Amino acid sequence: MTGLPLAPDLLLGVALLFTAWRALYTRALFPAVVFFVAFGMLLALAWMRLEAPDVALAEAAIGAGLTGALLMAAVARLRGRDEDRP
Amino acid sequence: MKRLASAALAVMLAGLAVVLAWTVTRPVAPGRDVPALIAGSLDASGVSHPVTAVLLNFRGYDTLLELVVLLIALAGVRCLAPLPPPRGSAPVGGVLRELASLLLPVLVLVAVYLLWAGATRPGGAFQGGALLAAAGILALLAGRDRFLWRLEHLLWPLAGLGVAVFLAVAAGTLSAGGVLLGLPPAHAGTLILVIEGFALLSIAVTLVALFLGTGELEDREP
Repeated sequence: MTGLPLAPDLLLGVALLFTAWRALYTRALFPAVVFFVAFGMLLALAWMRLEAPDVALAEAAIGAGLTGALLMAAVARLRGRDEDRP
Repeated sequence: MKRLASAALAVMLAGLAVVLAWTVTRPVAPGRDVPALIAGSLDASGVSHPVTAVLLNFRGYDTLLELVVLLIALAGVRCLAPLPPPRGSAPVGGVLRELASLLLPVLVLVAVYLLWAGATRPGGAFQGGALLAAAGILALLAGRDRFLWRLEHLLWPLAGLGVAVFLAVAAGTLSAGGVLLGLPPAHAGTLILVIEGFALLSIAVTLVALFLGTGELEDREP
């Protein structure tokens, strides 16, 4: 792997680590879920770069899409509960 | 104390990383060229995409158990809460409603395409099922949730259909004198498509039901 293809891959790796860190350490739940979904999409790209399109498809559909939707639903439910009991 | 725990966790994670790195560099099956083995027996698998051949034919047992795991997860969630009743036409914005009516047919079409494409290129039941589930969730969010009335009664038949068909095929191959899930090469392609078709439906229904999940959980708390 020489010069040119390496740069986007490095950027992808750094972006993965950044979104993973923000997803774990963001205090507010909703932005954390957004970072988690962004992490999932970037991970799907990483799988494509590793020439594993099957895993990339599964990651995009299940990891980012459905898990993101599940987490969003959980956040919405938690928020409703907080408002009920101040 | 907290710093000590963090340090211990860091050491453990570093150890895990080392073990993982070591595992990755080791051959999968020592002394056997697995990619060549798969490529060599691809003709007998009924499909031309090696990943689908492994998932649905050579290691079909693993995929069957994956479907069972999904079913058990659904059983766990259903123990906690019933499906919520439909809210009817919920007041949702015009954009979401229009977007849903545009996207729903496309999502269903792409899900079926992914299933069909799985035979020759990346795709398959899990990816297609996840997409079909996304269509279901979009329909729910857009207030088109009348299908919940039917889902309430048909949940277990639909969710269990994938495993049932898979088991029926397994029993069939066993009683036909073969081994468990040893698909006969002449019919392997058709059998894989049938298994994946029902698995797609079950996966989609299960994932939508998991999303609906603990709808009534809050009401049960004191």
